[in-house]
Amino acid sequence: MKTALRFIALVMLAAILAACARETVEEPEAPEPPPTQEPVDEPETDRLNPRDYTDPRNLDNSDSLLSQRVIYFEFDRSNVRSQFRPIIEAHAEYLRSNPSARVMLEGHADERGSREYNLGLGERRGNSVQDLLSANNVPSRQVEVVSYGEERPVCRESNEDCWQRNRRVEIVYTAR
Amino acid sequence: MYSSARSLLSSFTTASLLVFALLFAAPAAAELRIEIVDGVEGAMPIAVAPFEWNSDMPEPEDGVADIVSADLHRSGLFDPMDESEMVDRPSEPTEVRFGTWRLLKVDHLVIGSVRETNDGMGYEIEYHLLDVHTGRILLSQALTVGLGDLRFGAHRVADAVYEALLGVPGAFATRIAYVAVRGTGADNETFELVVADADGHNPQTVVRNSQPILSPTWSPDARKLAYVSFATGRSQVIVQDLYTGQNRVVSADKGINGAPAFSPDGDKLAVSLSRTGSPEIWVIDLETGRSEQLTHHWSINTEPAWSPDGETIYFTSDRAGRPQIYAMDAGGGDPERVTWEGRYNAHASFGLEERYLAVIYSEGDEDYRIAIHDRETDRLRVLSDGRLDESPSFAPNGSMVLYATRRDGKSELAAVSADGRVRQRLVLSEGDDVREPAWSPMIR
Repeated sequence: MKTALRFIALVMLAAILAACARETVEEPEAPEPPPTQEPVDEPETDRLNPRDYTDPRNLDNSDSLLSQRVIYFEFDRSNVRSQFRPIIEAHAEYLRSNPSARVMLEGHADERGSREYNLGLGERRGNSVQDLLSANNVPSRQVEVVSYGEERPVCRESNEDCWQRNRRVEIVYTAR
Repeated sequence: MYSSARSLLSSFTTASLLVFALLFAAPAAAELRIEIVDGVEGAMPIAVAPFEWNSDMPEPEDGVADIVSADLHRSGLFDPMDESEMVDRPSEPTEVRFGTWRLLKVDHLVIGSVRETNDGMGYEIEYHLLDVHTGRILLSQALTVGLGDLRFGAHRVADAVYEALLGVPGAFATRIAYVAVRGTGADNETFELVVADADGHNPQTVVRNSQPILSPTWSPDARKLAYVSFATGRSQVIVQDLYTGQNRVVSADKGINGAPAFSPDGDKLAVSLSRTGSPEIWVIDLETGRSEQLTHHWSINTEPAWSPDGETIYFTSDRAGRPQIYAMDAGGGDPERVTWEGRYNAHASFGLEERYLAVIYSEGDEDYRIAIHDRETDRLRVLSDGRLDESPSFAPNGSMVLYATRRDGKSELAAVSADGRVRQRLVLSEGDDVREPAWSPMIR
């Protein structure tokens, strides 16, 4: 009986651990795209609307897409995947309505292959994000691209979990 | 014959080696220790007897013979006898009892002596290479070095012995540059550009910065290094004079400024610049500052490498989808694809001959290894066995390829002979990450 209980406990523990482990290896969560139909606006004036992408306060509001500033890429690719477009569009709206705001798009690559080629790859990713901002009518003077290649990893282990976190463009506001 | 060789050698080594002593004021970085992982079956048995010391100065713990022995051993091609097994310590050819050495089963013997020069400003190293079986003197030479350059003098002796026995110049009296990274995380990382002797001794920090440093490369006279710095937050190509300490920003355009490579005559610097929108190969005239764009393609074009004769520039491009090596006339023109084997070939490096290019090679996306591509047979030979090997740099005599590899989650340096038989690990005594090695040209 005791062993059976212990077994059940172990199985449950294993299940919990497995769930945790799975969560950490998952692709970086794609943000929820904004619903197509806007919910009815409540007549409030001072409450922060996370979907108001013109409001600087949303840059620090974890409920708002504007607080998300990292775009992730597939191996050796530089095209922006569809799940990241809403983030870029939110920032485009912010930049359009705040003409003095400036962003630096920092392109990064994972550690595989040559460092100089990876500088090129990081820049190409930065350019992809810049192209999307331009397509959303953001003036080019508000945007700059810099590539760090594989020189500035956020994760330092040599496995796919880390690599996918390192293949990224960080949207850094140099002026809000 | 012996004395003419002596005077010729002394005159040019004194000049160059004295300057070397004045090289750096920077504090020494941690030292690399070189371990032999694989040597050659049937390496040549040789004995380097302790050199007679004729000076009032204290004899260094690592004597000239120790350094020569260690160099020859490190090449993997020689099997030097342990000093404790020697029954004789001759320093003149007349003192050698060849029968004894034959019994000890060595083929060659190196003997010599060190004396202080008359002006007290340096040492004269006199040495002889003898064939134990025939009793013949194969080499008798002398060279003069500054007081602080005894190690370098010993490396020159090893170079001469290597060349006399193998017919290829040695590359022991050369230097290596590399990047050492201390700490982790963007906020507390320190990047150091270090220059050391080829055996890892005498490391000197040339540049220290909290921002990334990469792609160091030597000028053909081994007096300067060009490298990429992010010190301003953006990439710049900088040329650093190792003798005067002066540095000069050669390129700081919008976008990428990367992958510098000196032309063999030292007058130009090939770089990769993305000022036009995508990385292209450019050549900058170091005298006039004028730059010329050589490639015109929307793909990534980077890592230019000059052929030893300076006629051709090889580079990495993904114009066909994945990175491969291409070659074009050094004045520009249509590039021709060079590598076809494998999905990934990048970062070409040359030794003595244009025939052999060291590259980073990958069959798929899994393992990145160092390989040598043979231009004549179009065959590729994989030399390393790591998962993430990179930054190959040929020794100037073409004997070995130095590269960066990963071990236990850290980056360290390794070297492999061009035939794949000899392997070395270059281990830093401290826990720093070491990467981006560049082997210097021959130091004249």
